Amino acid sequence: MKTALYASAAVIALAAFGTNAAYAQSRNTIQIAGSSTVLPFASIVAEEFANAFPDYNAPNVAGGGSGGGKRQLCEGVGEATLDIANSSSKMSASELESCHANGVTDVREIVFGYDGIVFATGINQGDFALEPVHLYKAIAAQVPVDGELVDNPYTNWSEIDASLPDQGIFVAIPGTNHGTREVFDQRVLEAGCEAAELPEMDEDAMEAACLTPRQDVVVEIAGDYTETLARLQSNPEAVGVFGLSFYDQNRDTLKVATVSGVEPSLDTIAAGDYPVSRPLQFYVKGAHVGVIPGIEDYVAFFLSEQMAGAGGTLEAAGLVPASSEFLAGQLEAFNNAEQYTR
Amino acid sequence: MTDTVLPGAAAGAQNRERVRKSLTRRHRNETLFRWAGILSIAAALGFVAILFGMILSKGLPSFWQSTVHFEAYFDPELIQGGPRPERADFASPADHQQAVNTWQRAVTMSNWNKIVETGLREAAPDFEIESRDLLELVTSAGRFQLRDIYFADPEVLGQTVPVSILASANTDNWLKGTIDRSQPDERQQLAATTRALADQFEENGTISFDFAWHIFTNVDSRSAPATAGLAGAFMGSLYMMIVVIVLAVPIGVASAVYLEEFAPKNRLTDLIEVNINNLAAVPSIVFGLLGAAVFINYFGLPRSAPLVGGLVLTLMTLPTIIIATRAALRAVPPSLRQAALGLGASHNQTVFHHVLPMTYPGVLTATIIGVAQALGETAPLLLIGMSAFIANIPAGPLDSATALPVQIYLWQGNENRNFFEARTSAAIIVLLGLMLLLNAIAIFLRSRLEKRA
Repeated sequence: MKTALYASAAVIALAAFGTNAAYAQSRNTIQIAGSSTVLPFASIVAEEFANAFPDYNAPNVAGGGSGGGKRQLCEGVGEATLDIANSSSKMSASELESCHANGVTDVREIVFGYDGIVFATGINQGDFALEPVHLYKAIAAQVPVDGELVDNPYTNWSEIDASLPDQGIFVAIPGTNHGTREVFDQRVLEAGCEAAELPEMDEDAMEAACLTPRQDVVVEIAGDYTETLARLQSNPEAVGVFGLSFYDQNRDTLKVATVSGVEPSLDTIAAGDYPVSRPLQFYVKGAHVGVIPGIEDYVAFFLSEQMAGAGGTLEAAGLVPASSEFLAGQLEAFNNAEQYTR
Repeated sequence: MTDTVLPGAAAGAQNRERVRKSLTRRHRNETLFRWAGILSIAAALGFVAILFGMILSKGLPSFWQSTVHFEAYFDPELIQGGPRPERADFASPADHQQAVNTWQRAVTMSNWNKIVETGLREAAPDFEIESRDLLELVTSAGRFQLRDIYFADPEVLGQTVPVSILASANTDNWLKGTIDRSQPDERQQLAATTRALADQFEENGTISFDFAWHIFTNVDSRSAPATAGLAGAFMGSLYMMIVVIVLAVPIGVASAVYLEEFAPKNRLTDLIEVNINNLAAVPSIVFGLLGAAVFINYFGLPRSAPLVGGLVLTLMTLPTIIIATRAALRAVPPSLRQAALGLGASHNQTVFHHVLPMTYPGVLTATIIGVAQALGETAPLLLIGMSAFIANIPAGPLDSATALPVQIYLWQGNENRNFFEARTSAAIIVLLGLMLLLNAIAIFLRSRLEKRA
């Protein structure tokens, strides 16, 4: 038995040595992960980047949600860790703290455009003209009725407001791993909560009352938008939350709702009329700039006119572009190694 | 005599009567069981037929993709970068490479879209259409296809060459009717003029449905979905399977032979045996977590690498091979061992010259079934970063890659549902084809080896 033990120890040691020796050369492919909203844009840039710069490898772009991307970015510095985290929400103070705690002190934020969050139903459903307060009343676990917080009694949209279609309430919202959820909470639920005039209570209770979704007719989707689309197909009454670019590519099966009377489109979001929009960004680990080849060129290429600029490739894919001065400012801040702070 | 009935005979008659009575019931039970069996087989076959029917009906059309044929003029005024740098003009190969890179970048930056546009306008001289809408007709990778023609043969400069470029994914959707053609303009992906031109091109043969070889030769693509292919995922899977075969077969067979033929039977070996059996039942995602923690975080192997995927799948395949090999070893008749030992062979010689060769068909089947299982495994690969979007064909097991089943998962999640639903089914067909091939090889080799043994 002893010989077997020694033998297995030797085999493992040999394997470890062999693989380490084989992986002596440094990594030359940029590793990116995070938001599934940013994923299509980042993948397109990665692909075009490899076409435009034949001397670099195409970066690897993985999904996993904004939260997952930022967590991986903050795991530490070194070749086994992520270089860039895509995110559809700003890095929070606690996320930045965990970054700093793991030695990732130089984090640079790059905002490259905007995206709208749209509410859509199946193509054959009624027309929704939503206000944040409607969504709040449909989704929250407890809503005020006659000045008292009670368990959500609504089962039909027309009970919430006579202008809404006579359709059972079923909403598919993004799970907490998605950056979209954070924006949804801020721009829709909190706004709706304020308009709903809750009774007086302390701040924590207020936040819980505003942001806790009910469990019976609200489903939280942890996967990507195709999963939400599948929910809509299996339950024709469902209302789903999507990114504008996803809706744009599936206009033949989805019908979009207006929010506060504005229909989501590239124009209304760029003009700031549509209320539920958010900036899209990625976070670069400064310590890897200059170590992993190509990061500076990737960032510059991403922010170039032909990619993120107005009329660029990403606009065609559904990104709401930022102005060229703004993009130039982002690039300059990155090149000056300006660090992200909260 | 007839009145006298013997007691024994009476009992016999009674028994016969009882048997005769129960006979119908027993026959009925048998018929019932037969029918239940036939029904369950029919149900199983029915489900398989539905599944295959759905996948084939969805996936097969995407193997024929709309392709635009036109004459492209490689305009010397549009193509920048000048002539390709000659090796002789440079002092060192590195300088030359540098110059070639600069040249390639300049060529890439040329206005290839203009060349595509001019060629398409030539093909439909009287058609009024805006440039932007016209370019929507062909895949955005069309410009790189033209560039690659120029890279391969710079002599085409100034010439007019017939080229075939894939139509865009949206054009393909329109022509195949995957997007409902009766939907109003604002629900269509393409402008009305582009759709009309696509129809005109299809009629006059400029657009034809050609076999989509690029599904096998291209890598995945997000910016030009029409050109997305499986080559990267296929190579990733291939490297992983090589790693699995190279590691799992020797380790698995050696462990099985040692445990079965040499190891003393005691509590420790019993414990090992129980653990191996349990290992076979561990959900594969657990191996993915282990792989991420040990191979990537501790040993520092690269993320998304087929080597790591192969190592994880090896762990998953090992129990299958060990258990099957041990069963095969146990099935070897003891007389063989006794004969070999009786003729003076050592223990080692008995095992390796006489017992082990008898188990080859079993080991081989186990290996191929294990590899087929590993080929279809997705969950653990997601955890070691193999679900990333990767735009290169991996050149070795340390390069980033995806695998075939992961590619199916990725395409299933692509936002261009109309196009990728069919592409996903096409990828499933390719994967199922590979599985069938592997199983066929297993059956073929087993029957050959069994004959020889």
